[in-house]
Amino acid sequence: MNEAAPATHRRVRLGVHLSLAGLFGTIVVGGWILVALAAPALAQHGEAQIVSGTVFGPMSRRFPLGTDYLGRDVLSLILYGARYTIGLALAATALAALCGITLGTLAAASGGAFDGVLSRSMDTLISLPGLMFALVMVAALGASVPVLVGTAAVIYTPGAFRIARSVAVDINAMEFVLVARARGEKTHTIMIEEILPNMVLPVLTDFGLRFVFIVLLLSSLSFLGLGIQPPAADWGSLVRENIQGLGYGAPAVIMPAVAIATLTIGVNLMIDGFGGRRRRLFADER
Amino acid sequence: MRNKVVMRLIGARIGANVLLLLAISLLVFLGTELLPGNVAEIVLGQGATLEAVAGLSAAMHLNQPAALRYLIWLGGLVSGNLGQSLVNGDSVAALIASRLPNSLLLAGLTALVSVPAALALGITAAIWRGTLYDRVVSVVTIASVSVPEFLVATLAVLIFAVRLHWLPALAYFDGTDSLSGLIRVFALPVATLSFAIVAQMARMTRAALVNTLESSYVEMAVLKGTPPARVVLWHALPNAVGPIANAIALSLSFLLGGIIIVETIFDYPGLARLMVDAVSTRDMPLIQACAMLFCTFYLLLVLFADIAAILSNPRLRLR
Repeated sequence: MNEAAPATHRRVRLGVHLSLAGLFGTIVVGGWILVALAAPALAQHGEAQIVSGTVFGPMSRRFPLGTDYLGRDVLSLILYGARYTIGLALAATALAALCGITLGTLAAASGGAFDGVLSRSMDTLISLPGLMFALVMVAALGASVPVLVGTAAVIYTPGAFRIARSVAVDINAMEFVLVARARGEKTHTIMIEEILPNMVLPVLTDFGLRFVFIVLLLSSLSFLGLGIQPPAADWGSLVRENIQGLGYGAPAVIMPAVAIATLTIGVNLMIDGFGGRRRRLFADER
Repeated sequence: MRNKVVMRLIGARIGANVLLLLAISLLVFLGTELLPGNVAEIVLGQGATLEAVAGLSAAMHLNQPAALRYLIWLGGLVSGNLGQSLVNGDSVAALIASRLPNSLLLAGLTALVSVPAALALGITAAIWRGTLYDRVVSVVTIASVSVPEFLVATLAVLIFAVRLHWLPALAYFDGTDSLSGLIRVFALPVATLSFAIVAQMARMTRAALVNTLESSYVEMAVLKGTPPARVVLWHALPNAVGPIANAIALSLSFLLGGIIIVETIFDYPGLARLMVDAVSTRDMPLIQACAMLFCTFYLLLVLFADIAAILSNPRLRLR
């Protein structure tokens, strides 16, 4: 019950009550982040290096995940792809969370017409189907990295705003905030000193979910050929490039998709492990 | 008397959605404005004479201010005059008309398959909540929601088309197929699309039911010795119909994302693939029309969800 009522003033206790599945998820996600950071050191072959005469080669000792449509090492490509998939999604999620939380707390702390106008415009934005909006943006502006990150951030800001605002409104009505107001504190002081520190856990949960949605959105775009452009390739692009290999059952097409699945399922398990399961219910707006 | 309140609420919802659609149309139109360069030059290519460009600019109202062009475009949308494709000069309305039935067929079949499956999963999980079955359903549905559609699609093709040779890998059909042929063609795309939607819908159905199951009248029924299945189906379900209808409509709106991927991977001649192709060629009139069409469908589904919630709330209905 405690989780369902974010109004209770509680300290952040990360790492307590971590379930087995949660631990597993944390290890998987942590592993992928390490991979993204250390890709050049871990990869045996270069990103563009053609190392085999066989295209769509099977798994072997030399090429653990086979070779791709040009005869490159799939494992190395996935290691490098982690940088784009995780890096871009993290950047977009951070941007969305920053805008959402700032505006959400501000709306809750100031209330009145400002809150009303902001909430209505966020409602408009949230009612756009995400992938559709992304397609229009990419058509208009091209598929450069800033456009992709910006578009994903715009699509997922309203969701972050909603969560942040609803949590902040609850906290805003609590006595210690009233006391601060009575003391004559300014709105931004109340936001930073009183409200923000008390909404860390729900906001972190939301951050994880939004990260998953953004990973799925960006890889779907790449899969359509409208995401990150060659020679850079994230996991979605790897699936697209090797789609002809499907007929031969090549690991080159399956493995990048499996990599995405391990990352997104890992984040979900991690969130559940940290006790975000109840809160997830009202965050389901992919 | 009682209907007045409900009608007013529903009317307000419809009005709000029309306003929302207008706001979206403005956003979609502004998207075109961001495109650098003169559209007429892009259409005519490099070798165009100045006169030709000027003529086409006038015909496309490019010399008018943006606000006026927006109104002209909006008027065209409402009257069904969607303009010409920039790539091949075909009428956008005709292009869409040739693809729309295919997409509606695919979406309709998916709804037909996924709604009963999701209800069965969600209701049984609520009846046996807390058991191993419930845990398994919960984990599997979370996993399927967080997996990209193209993984499901590629795995399905790999297993059923490549390894087992049961089904074709492409969803190509010419309309003359027999029923069994039609099922073979649609099996994989429909199954892929249903995968994530069933998971989403089942979870929301379970959540709605469990919410009702926590109320005190259900506890009363349990205490007087009613069997669990009867408690859920007879006592709780009627009161959860509204939230469940809401869940169905909202989950079906996720079709929009999935159908883009599925039509591409199975090479299915539907509206979503038309739009993806239009994006790669930057065919703006076609993109605008497709985007507006998709957003309209999306808002309709959300509107159904809202209306279901209003109609099923006895506090509003019986005021």
